[in-house]
Amino acid sequence: MASGTMQLNASSIREDFPILGRKVNGKPLIYLDNAATSQKPRQVIDSIRDYYGNYNANVHRGIHRLSEEASEAYESSREKAARFINAGFEETIFTKNATESLNLVAYSIGMQLGKGDEVVVSEMEHHSNFVPWQQICLKKGARLRFVKIDKEGRLDMDDLAGCLNRKTRIVSITHVSNVLGTINPVREIAKLAHDCGALFIVDAAQSAPHMPLDVRSIGCDFLAFSSHKMLGPTGIGVLYGKKELLDSMQPFIYGGDMIREVTFESTRFNELPWKFEAGTPNIAGGIGLGAAIGYLEKIGMENVFEHEKMLSEYALGRLLSEEDIKVYGPKKGRAGVISFNLKGIHAHDVAAILDQEGIAIRGGHHCAMPLMSRLEASGTARASFYIYNTKQEIDAMASALEKVRGVLTGR
Amino acid sequence: MNIYQEHILDHYSNPRNKGQIDNPDIYYKDTNPLCGDEVAVYARLDRSKSISEIRFMARGCAISQASASMLTEHVKGKSLDEVYGISSEDMLRLLMVPISHVRMKCALLALKTLQAGILVHMKGKK
Ligand SMILES: Cc1ncc(COP(=O)(O)O)c(C=O)c1O
Repeated sequence: MASGTMQLNASSIREDFPILGRKVNGKPLIYLDNAATSQKPRQVIDSIRDYYGNYNANVHRGIHRLSEEASEAYESSREKAARFINAGFEETIFTKNATESLNLVAYSIGMQLGKGDEVVVSEMEHHSNFVPWQQICLKKGARLRFVKIDKEGRLDMDDLAGCLNRKTRIVSITHVSNVLGTINPVREIAKLAHDCGALFIVDAAQSAPHMPLDVRSIGCDFLAFSSHKMLGPTGIGVLYGKKELLDSMQPFIYGGDMIREVTFESTRFNELPWKFEAGTPNIAGGIGLGAAIGYLEKIGMENVFEHEKMLSEYALGRLLSEEDIKVYGPKKGRAGVISFNLKGIHAHDVAAILDQEGIAIRGGHHCAMPLMSRLEASGTARASFYIYNTKQEIDAMASALEKVRGVLTGR
Repeated sequence: MNIYQEHILDHYSNPRNKGQIDNPDIYYKDTNPLCGDEVAVYARLDRSKSISEIRFMARGCAISQASASMLTEHVKGKSLDEVYGISSEDMLRLLMVPISHVRMKCALLALKTLQAGILVHMKGKK
């Protein structure tokens, strides 16, 4: 276990990731699309193989050895996930991904909204943290308000204060922007939201993988994240909710596993967290997520954060020194996600030419079309870092950008 | 094969038929919101309903721009029926580079826009 911060050893970490040995277009893969999804270490891949190869069974059902082993592994992953964010076991619900977590809250809590109620999100939300709210508000006649961002790409806290009032029921804001890399002051927002009696929901899809998280210290009511962005498999995510809130909420999917007792007339729902987990869950996914959390905790989330901070400062330095590159988002105090554009060149062309060099970045609107219109960009190129990335890889990206200019502008 | 072949880059940096036409017989503008590509086409017809003049305005990636330029060269002088009959496969053959699934919308935007304009024109005549 790591205590305090110490430098993370990216080159030994890289050996745990089989995919990093692969070539793309004849060049060694340089994977800088971690905000979309991360790569997976051997330990995670092995945990899934082990489950299917050695103790595959349904959970919570069979009174037999395999089912007991599977249930034990699945629920101990939940314990790990709970500890990872300092939540209680009962407060840690497994979902499909951050999107489903946010939809669960939007449907279950949002359905109680009425005419005149207000929901507050920000201009930098991923579609998954505003389309559900937009649709619920349309249905319920509630008002959806957007907190503005300032020139630097930070949340405008004065504007936030101006959006909050007695009618505010819900404030749902991303912890880290998947486009700008902005880290939002979630503790401060929690306080402001609670001061006016609203619930505060954190979209932690881009923070849970990259920094220490503590739901008690943030003071949020709900928090959502996905396993696949933090070394785990796809198809599993987490919703944290305060116990007293979850207790009073209606489930959003009905079926097996979430039932305590059913008669022809009525149903008593199972206790937390299973009340919200109808049907056979993603057992392998849960087990894989547990292995991913184990892997991250061994490195230490402080060290993960410091490593990415070092990489993003280095990358920002290189990109900002180029006259024809526009970098979006704050220059300081940000996460390892950097969006940029080369003057006169579409982000798709940047991404496609980098791909020829074996470099994977994202080009497009990053599921944040309202933010793109705010930035007056049709899209951006985006490089995003993780534990296995190195300064050398950023150097390679910078030289490949030379190539982009050469090919498309003859410069 | 790399999609940034010389002919693509040539059409991208020296687009043919770029510009607008005043009072065109055919005009249509469309976008590809996923990528932010945008194309507008303007065409004038001669008496035999063939395209006598065609221009386009575009914003976006090299593939969407080059395909607009190449398409306008290709359709000049052709009848509306002929142009309406151009298939996606024909368009991809015209580009002569392998277009991957994710770039397909960029490559076909100009064709779809022109054909939508033709449809509007024909409906207007009825
Ligand atoms: C900020 C943010 N929120 C939510 C999501 C949605 O995550 P998922 O697609 O795993 O549900 C993403 C993923 O791109 C994200 O970046």
